[in-house]
Amino acid sequence: MADLTLDCGVVRKVLTGFLANEVRKAGFVRVVVGLSGGVDSSLAAFLAAEALGAENVFGLLMPYRSSSPESAAHAELVVSALGMQSLTVPITPMVDAYFGGFPEADQVRRGNKMARERMSILFDHSARLAALVLGTSNKTELLLGYGTQFGDMASAVNPLGDLYKTQVRQLSRDLKVPQAIIEKQPSADLWEGQTDEAELGFTYEEVDQVLYYLVDQRYEIADLIGRGLFDERIVRAVSRRVQQSQYKRRLPVIAKISSRTIDRDFRYARDWGR
Amino acid sequence: MQPIRLAIGQIAPALGDLDRNFALHERVVEGALARSAQLLVFPELSLTGYFLKDQVPTAALQLSAPMFRKLCDLSRRIPLVVGFVEEDAGHRFYNAAAYLEDGDVCHLHRKVYLPTYGIFDEARYLASGDRIRAFDTAFGRIALLTCEDLWHPAAPALASWDGAEVLICPSASPGRGLGREAPFGNAGTWERTIRTWADLLTTYVVYANRVGYEDGACFWGGSEVVSPGGEPLAKARYLEEELLRADLDPGLLRRVRIANPLLRDERLDLTQRELARILRVRHEGS
Repeated sequence: MADLTLDCGVVRKVLTGFLANEVRKAGFVRVVVGLSGGVDSSLAAFLAAEALGAENVFGLLMPYRSSSPESAAHAELVVSALGMQSLTVPITPMVDAYFGGFPEADQVRRGNKMARERMSILFDHSARLAALVLGTSNKTELLLGYGTQFGDMASAVNPLGDLYKTQVRQLSRDLKVPQAIIEKQPSADLWEGQTDEAELGFTYEEVDQVLYYLVDQRYEIADLIGRGLFDERIVRAVSRRVQQSQYKRRLPVIAKISSRTIDRDFRYARDWGR
Repeated sequence: MQPIRLAIGQIAPALGDLDRNFALHERVVEGALARSAQLLVFPELSLTGYFLKDQVPTAALQLSAPMFRKLCDLSRRIPLVVGFVEEDAGHRFYNAAAYLEDGDVCHLHRKVYLPTYGIFDEARYLASGDRIRAFDTAFGRIALLTCEDLWHPAAPALASWDGAEVLICPSASPGRGLGREAPFGNAGTWERTIRTWADLLTTYVVYANRVGYEDGACFWGGSEVVSPGGEPLAKARYLEEELLRADLDPGLLRRVRIANPLLRDERLDLTQRELARILRVRHEGS
């Protein structure tokens, strides 16, 4: 198996430097982060507090009526551990009002709507507080497309997007994120009893390894199966998910008409002029 | 070779902001003079930042441009190695490094090997240089090789066979891959590479890397001066701005070349014959 162990001292320094630098270049001093009580948003908040000072990190708790009370309790652990400001904005009234018109909606539609409701509140608070929205998606879920497009995948600056889930856990231990948050079963908490690993069909330990070989090490699928490290079914399922979710990681496709089309032949760094 | 009190300005240039970066160069010159440096080396594209993409033509300077002349003027205070985008008369753009001395260009190196893979896209925007030359300065014979140039063994070898006693490598290396000893995997490879070239070519190697972030990519710093025996003489911190000072002693170069007369035993005639044969075979296809 590949060794995905981070040099936490270095990665911590790179990520806090990244946050301080990119937030400043965008003309901001503050960030706002949705705190779910999970390890990703907790780590993002800890990193931001180290980079910008806890007084410049604002947490939003946005529970739905079916959200686990444990999620809010864990988010509060982060708020009190960092001494940061926070606000609770329940999303039940908005989500229920909408689905009043669509009572037949299944839990996937409802889950996506909740994720996008939270996104719209985060971006409103971005304007309200003059704070950039902090991204909390890790590399595993971005590659698998295990997130809601324009929902939890939306942000302005993301320190975790190149860290696999198991690396998020490792770094969280280094930053002393509360133990209970690191050790609990990861869950999107969009419906009762939901867990990531049950929904995905593999453990993060397995999938992080498979992704590392396919993406970072550029193994061909057949070669990776041939190495015999992983079940063929998992390798194929993972690579299919990566391919099928590619659209979620890109801007919407634009029909080309002019001689310079955004992102095709009109290419500037995001840091253009910063 | 003369003794050199050298400084490396391990800076974080702003992307595409030439005025701000020029002011940064001025500040670092003051710092280098205050520490009695005689030669100041800046990283690759120090005047412009690295991931310019479509900003390349906007950031480019002809050698007659007022901004470039200002840099030349700065070299009246201390000889400088600076990085910028050069536009030639045919409107080709080069990733250029200039050795400036007494208000003038002593040598201009146009980067030869333009990385265009992975995170890099240089050949999409830039033309490639077509010469590798050592040149004479007040301190001795020097060669400039920019970043990726040093990853092609022929480049440092040519510079050294052309008589370089000091190889200066301005660099803008974004960190990538898990690091074990250095902060990133590629940083470890860099350190092995520059120490190996210094050792085998028996020259000083001056590696000037930048720091800062562009679009999430982190330039890892760790600038270094390596002795002709391959030992790091001075090492800047990783990930932080720094003015690194080092003294280059001609006596050490001499002693290393006595103990290890590799350059004396070089067989350029053989290299040329075999290279001609390899080119012929490649061209004729067997």
